[in-house]
Parts: sequence; structure tokens; C-alpha cells
Amino acid sequence: MNSPTTAGALVRIGNVEKVFRRGSENVHVLRDLNLTVPTGEFLALMGPSGSGKSTLLNLIGGLDRPTRGTVEVAGERVDNLSDRRLAGWRARHIGFVFQLYNLLPVLTASRNVELPLLLTHLSRDERARHVAAALELVGLGHRTGHFPRQLSGGEQQRVGIARGIVTDPTLLLCDEPTGDLDRKAGDEILDLLQALNREHGKTIIMVTHDPHASARASRTVHLEKGQITDQASQ
Amino acid sequence: MLPYLHLVWSNLMRKKARTILTLLSIAVAFLLFGLLAAIRIALTGGIDVAGADRLITRHKVSIIQLLPRDYKEKMERIPGVALAAHQTWFGGIYRDPKNFFMQCPVEPEPFLAMYPELLLPDQQRQAWLRTRTGAIVGRKTAERFGWKVGDKVPIQSTIWTLPDGGRTWVFDIVGIFDGKLRNTDTTALFFRYDYFDEARQRWGKGQVGWYTVRVKDPAQAAGVARRIDAEFENSSYETKTEPEGAFVQGWARQIGDIVLITASIMTAVFFTILLVAGNTMSQSVRERTGELGVLKAIGFTNSTILALVLAESCLLSVAGGAIGTGLACLFTAHGDPTGGILPLFHFPVGDRFIGLGLSLALGLVTGLFPALAAMRLRVADALRRM
Repeated sequence: MNSPTTAGALVRIGNVEKVFRRGSENVHVLRDLNLTVPTGEFLALMGPSGSGKSTLLNLIGGLDRPTRGTVEVAGERVDNLSDRRLAGWRARHIGFVFQLYNLLPVLTASRNVELPLLLTHLSRDERARHVAAALELVGLGHRTGHFPRQLSGGEQQRVGIARGIVTDPTLLLCDEPTGDLDRKAGDEILDLLQALNREHGKTIIMVTHDPHASARASRTVHLEKGQITDQASQ
Repeated sequence: MLPYLHLVWSNLMRKKARTILTLLSIAVAFLLFGLLAAIRIALTGGIDVAGADRLITRHKVSIIQLLPRDYKEKMERIPGVALAAHQTWFGGIYRDPKNFFMQCPVEPEPFLAMYPELLLPDQQRQAWLRTRTGAIVGRKTAERFGWKVGDKVPIQSTIWTLPDGGRTWVFDIVGIFDGKLRNTDTTALFFRYDYFDEARQRWGKGQVGWYTVRVKDPAQAAGVARRIDAEFENSSYETKTEPEGAFVQGWARQIGDIVLITASIMTAVFFTILLVAGNTMSQSVRERTGELGVLKAIGFTNSTILALVLAESCLLSVAGGAIGTGLACLFTAHGDPTGGILPLFHFPVGDRFIGLGLSLALGLVTGLFPALAAMRLRVADALRRM
């Protein structure tokens, strides 16, 4: 599960601005923001609501485009890719973990994890092997045939993480991964993310409100009103 | 698309009751399509098997007015006419009024020469020529009443009486004919005109119902028709001659424009089903905007999303269409449900394929707008709706 990228800066955000139009008003969500994330780092993005941390995560993940500035991931400019190429790029490079797990309720755990693999050229057996390995890694090898409604919140988030890592992406982006979990389940998820970072070298960027969660990261960046106000390494 | 089949199926099964109800609505629409196609064929199918080289000559005023028997020879002298054969409506029933089917007295030789699509073994043909009270009957009616060669069958005429005032005519079944084509009507019974004309009471003697005329060159049929009508103009029995297809169509039009009626009903049914299925698909896509956002986030392209939604609507629609078409095949498999009024009642193979094609088109149309909406979703916006 090692990232194929070379050592050095994996993510480079250069002078990024993001402006949303709300009615007749322009809302500046990100202002002249610069950030570099080295390969293998576990970075926490913190800040109050509306500070722009989720927007920044969306820009890095190619879900949105900056109004100005550049977003470079693994040596590739993603801010000027077409929708089609961006979708392909996301499939190859990005794993997403969402606050509300965002599993498809009509699919079992293994089918949910398999979804990103449907976009690859892997055979059915190869996909099944990858799915089994990912679910084993998150400790859910025994729950593969369960539907999301049959799983606890923590287990659903583990499935979400398995889906995020099953293609062995370059970068794992987590948006409040413990935001909907109790402390115990949250800690287990943070243990898992930490293990993915330390033992498998996965580069992780995690948005969180929770100082307890950010303490698990190797660096924390604070955002306020669309700008970085503070950075601290643990 | 094969790897995504499970995803498409799971989405359809998300709300089973809704999917099943929509499926049933579509199935009922296609069942109706099949039954209406069978009724249309039953009422207009004779047009398809009508000979291009055959004309029908009837009384100018109405089909129920009779024509002289000796018109046959006069017609055969008209340039372009190859052969003329007459028939007369007998209007009989077998035991019960519901056992209605067509019977006509005819002259065997010209009649069989006129209708080569009626297949009668030579031995039975010879027996008919020998037997004055002999009759030949189509395979469907013979099977319906369990008649076989050698049986004597009593038919009560609603029009023609015997010299003793009775209405029960007894015929000897000397032959059973089959149809050369699927659409050939094999429900009728034909018996000898000489026996009929001699036995009936005074009214109508020496007269016949209508003539079928074979022309030498089908391209000259219109000219021959005009010549026939001109021949009998200003006589007591003026004629109206038209192609056999138009004559059959005229019969069907007594009920109404069948094609227009069935097309109108089907348009209304399909428009309704379009709204029902379209609403189901739109609702289904709206409910999972967030999930579509997730698929896009993990790398599904816009075109893949479009194809997934279209596949879903097409699968639903084609499944409903196949069920409805299958039921229509089942319901029409035993042929005429009326016991004789609709002898050609069947669901043609061509219409079955049209039905399946329509179901696919229905799926594409009902899925198109929800699919386009899903395709155009912005990922970040869609994820917020999770």
C-alpha cells in the first residue's frame, strides 16, 4: 500500500483564492493561500466553521477549482484539468473519507469498497482480492456482506476508509472523519489513520474541529477567514 | 457496463414497492399494446392477405343487395378479367347463436381456383364435386366443433329458409381446408351453390351476394374495375367494383377506423406511462443526489453517471415491456377469444419486436432528463446534500 510518488512535496497550493457568488455578493472563502504538504505527512486542517478548510480539501481533491492560483498534486496541475480528466485523476490519486461515511445504503460493505475498483481494468477476482485486503486492513474482514444499516457508525467509517484506500491512492483526504462518532469509535478511526500513515506511508490530509483528533497528526494548520493563521508540528 | 450491473440493479431495488408498481404499470401498458395489436390484426388482417389481382364486385347500393348469377359469364367476357367466382352470405349458426362463423354457398371449381391459399387435398376436392350436399370447412372451425370428414352438420340459417319453412340446413363434411398463410382465415364453411339455390325458397333464386374477380394484370385492375361497373351501368343491378383489400377494409371501417382508434388508445396509454415512469426515475435520482456526488468524487465520469441512470430506466422499462409483451403472447396464444368473430386474432411477431423496441425507447426517454440532471451535478454541491 505504498504511495507511488517520490519523496518531497506532494501537494503545492500556490496563491489560491476561492470566491463563491451568493446572490449579488462575492464571498471570499480562501485568500491568497499557500501550502505545501510533503509526501508521507499526516496533516490536520483546523479552523472554525466557514474558515475554508473543507473548500481547501475540495480543491486539493479536485472536487472544485480555485478562482485564482494553482493546485498541484504529485507533480500535476489539477486546477486546469477538464472534468473528464479530473474524474480520472481523482480515481487514480485520491481517496476520500467523509464525515457521514457516505456509503451507498443499497450495497454491502464489500460492494461499497469495490466501487472505485469498477473504474479500473481489474478482473472480478482481482477486485475481490483487493476488497478483501482493504477490509481486512481496517479490521472488518468478517463484516463484508453487511449493509451499512447493519453496521455501527465506527464500522461504517472503517468501510469508508477501506473504500478510500482500496485503490492505493496517492493521497487520502478525510473530511471530519470522527465528527459523527463517539470518543471511543473516533479514537479507533484515528488509530487506523495513524497506522495507515506510519506503517503504510500514506499521505493524509484531515479536516477536523477536534483538537483531540488534530493531536494525532504530524502537523496542524489553522485557517481563519480563508487564510492560514498558525502552523504547528507535533 | 457489466461491472456496473450490480449497482444498477441495487439502485432499482432500493424502493422495491415503487419499482414493482412502476414495472407493473409498464407491463400493463405493453399487455394492452399486444391485445390491441391482436384486435387490429383481427379486424384488418384480411387486407394483408387480400390478393392484389382480385377485385370484389357488389351491388352499387349495398352488400346486402343481391346480384344476378349470370353476371359471372358476362364478367368473364370483359377484357382483362381472368375469372369470376361468387359467394352469398348464409348467416348461419351451429346449435347456439354464440357459435357464429362465416358460411357461404359457392361454385366449387371457380371458387377454389380463385382462392389458391385455401389448401384442400385433391381427394376431398373430388368428393366435394361429387357430393351435392357436401361442404368444406376450415381447420379452426373443424377443431372447434370436433367435426371430421363424413360428419353431417346442421346449420341454422338466419336468412334462408328451406321449402318446408325450416331453417336447419344439413351439410355433409367432405373436406377440411388449411391456410397457406398464417393470416388465412380457416374458420369459414363453404358449400355448393347449386344445392343452395335449388333448396332455398323463392326469394333470391338465381342471385348471389357478390363476385370475386381475378384480373389478368394487377397493374390494370383499376381499368378492369371501371369496365365491370360500366358494363352493368343503368341496369337493375348496378355494381361497385373495388380491390379486395379495399373491400375488406370497408368491412372493418363499419366499426370505425381501427388503426386510428388503436393508435389513439396506445398514444394515451404511452403518454401516461411516460409520465409515471419519468416521475419514478426523477424521484429516484433526486433522492440520491448525495450518492451520485460520492460516485463522482471517487472518479466516476459524467458520462458514466449518465449511462448508469439511463441503464436503470432502460432496465426497468424493458423488463416491464418484456413482461407485458410476454403476457400478451400468452393471452393471444389460443387465437380468437370470441369463438368466431375475430378469426385472425393473434399478436404478430413483428409487433412483438416493435413492443420491445418501444420499451427501450420509453426507457431512454424517461431516463434522459434525470440522467442529464445527474450528469450535470457539481460534486461539491451534491456531497452537501448527503
